Amino acid sequence: MRRALLELLLLGVAGSLVGCWVLLYELAYSTESLAHALFPGLVVAALLGLPLLAGGAVGVLAAAIAIAFVGRIPLVERDTGVAVVITSLFGLGVVLALSPSSPPGLESLLFGDLLGVTRGDLVISGVLVAATGAAVVTLHRPLLVAGFDRGSAGAFGAKPFLVDAALLVLIAVGVLVGVQALGNLLVISLLVGPAAAARQLVDRLPAMMGLATVFAWTSAIAGLYASYYLDIAAGAAVAAATVAMFLIAALVGVLRDT
Amino acid sequence: MHDPNAVTLVEARGLSAGYGTSVVLEDVEFDLRSGERMAVLGPNGGGKSTLFRLLLGELEPFAGELVKNTAAAFVPQTERSRLDYPVSALDVALMGTLSRLPWWRPNGRRERRFAREALGRVGLAELADVQFGELSGGQRQRVLVARALVQDAPILFLDEPFVGVDRPSEELLEQLFADLAEEGRGIMVATHDIEQTYRYDRVLCLNTRQVALGPPVQTLSRDVLETTYGGAIVTLPGEGRPAAILPPHHH
Repeated sequence: MRRALLELLLLGVAGSLVGCWVLLYELAYSTESLAHALFPGLVVAALLGLPLLAGGAVGVLAAAIAIAFVGRIPLVERDTGVAVVITSLFGLGVVLALSPSSPPGLESLLFGDLLGVTRGDLVISGVLVAATGAAVVTLHRPLLVAGFDRGSAGAFGAKPFLVDAALLVLIAVGVLVGVQALGNLLVISLLVGPAAAARQLVDRLPAMMGLATVFAWTSAIAGLYASYYLDIAAGAAVAAATVAMFLIAALVGVLRDT
Repeated sequence: MHDPNAVTLVEARGLSAGYGTSVVLEDVEFDLRSGERMAVLGPNGGGKSTLFRLLLGELEPFAGELVKNTAAAFVPQTERSRLDYPVSALDVALMGTLSRLPWWRPNGRRERRFAREALGRVGLAELADVQFGELSGGQRQRVLVARALVQDAPILFLDEPFVGVDRPSEELLEQLFADLAEEGRGIMVATHDIEQTYRYDRVLCLNTRQVALGPPVQTLSRDVLETTYGGAIVTLPGEGRPAAILPPHHH
């Protein structure tokens, strides 16, 4: 339980920092798609007994290549390409997961295995969270400029294509780190929920990132308590607490502005 | 252009450009000198924005030569910036440091002071910490000008800076442009307001090609304006200058 909490606190920092940019760049759908796309990678890694992180990384790479490839087919728009690739990959993952040779416990890939977090997982998360934090601080100015007015970003020294690529890498890392604890289906709650809740209440980016982290931590503690006392799945309880946090923030935001 | 020591900042020779295979601007030939304020006059779709994209290096010319001898700052049209973005006026002004400071270095105290001074020059020192989206249209435009001041470049390109701007903001910006030219900067302002161009040293008239270039009073003849706007000119009684443009005739 203590490891689960520590893992969630670490993920809360990375998820909130990256999550604020996910919202500002309107990439929530792409982020969710990315999480689903790496599913076959996770399943193959589980079937072969390899580290999930490695499988997920290969899955993300395969998805990116597939999306780039489909995007080159005439008359296929980017959204359509993403939808086709993601559905195909997720379907492939499910077929693999439900094959007779699958080891038990593959549902943890979908919903996470928060209480099974090992000391090694924590170390990996710690390193990746530190790297994400450093990257968010370093990339802050180009991200801010390119997101504010994409069309004229070049005149201010920002290269939108490179900024997008860097942000996608950050999102992929965030998803990869979070997917072990919260699973393929719930990791999106970590990357979007706290940032969306914070956005309802503050109008400055540093404050938004700070408040999102506080919300993520609060959801983590509330979710784990709920899981323990109500005997429900930990990952789902944390995701539900994040949603509740968002609804409360949205209500407070609306009441404050009226 | 009054200064014999003025240096050429931008030089365009036989410039043509467009998108895909279609040419939207041709025969453009001008130079911008230090201390000069030049208006770029033309209708929507006349090639003003294309010229600015060329000048900013976002578009390669089809033909001709464009030499930019120094760095340029830019003020885009205000409606292109996002109002829902969680930034203050100061944050937006600070974005101007990205073209001068390496991208990985956070803004320091020096940059903040510089950005506050720039906001002071556009009369917004008091509103530095206000959310950008909560400012009026004129104030937002002034913040974008402050951002260009933070870029601190010898050339300043402004794309329709007076659209949606209130009268006090307009006067303040006009005075600021005069001061900046006095400091030796070259300023190019895209506009579709004829009256405004009379306050500049020279006017460059565009309508898919260069129609005319020169001091406004000598250059803006009835013929030039009709060619620039593709319509007929109306002169109001008692006015010396053409006052309105009628849409082109369709035969």
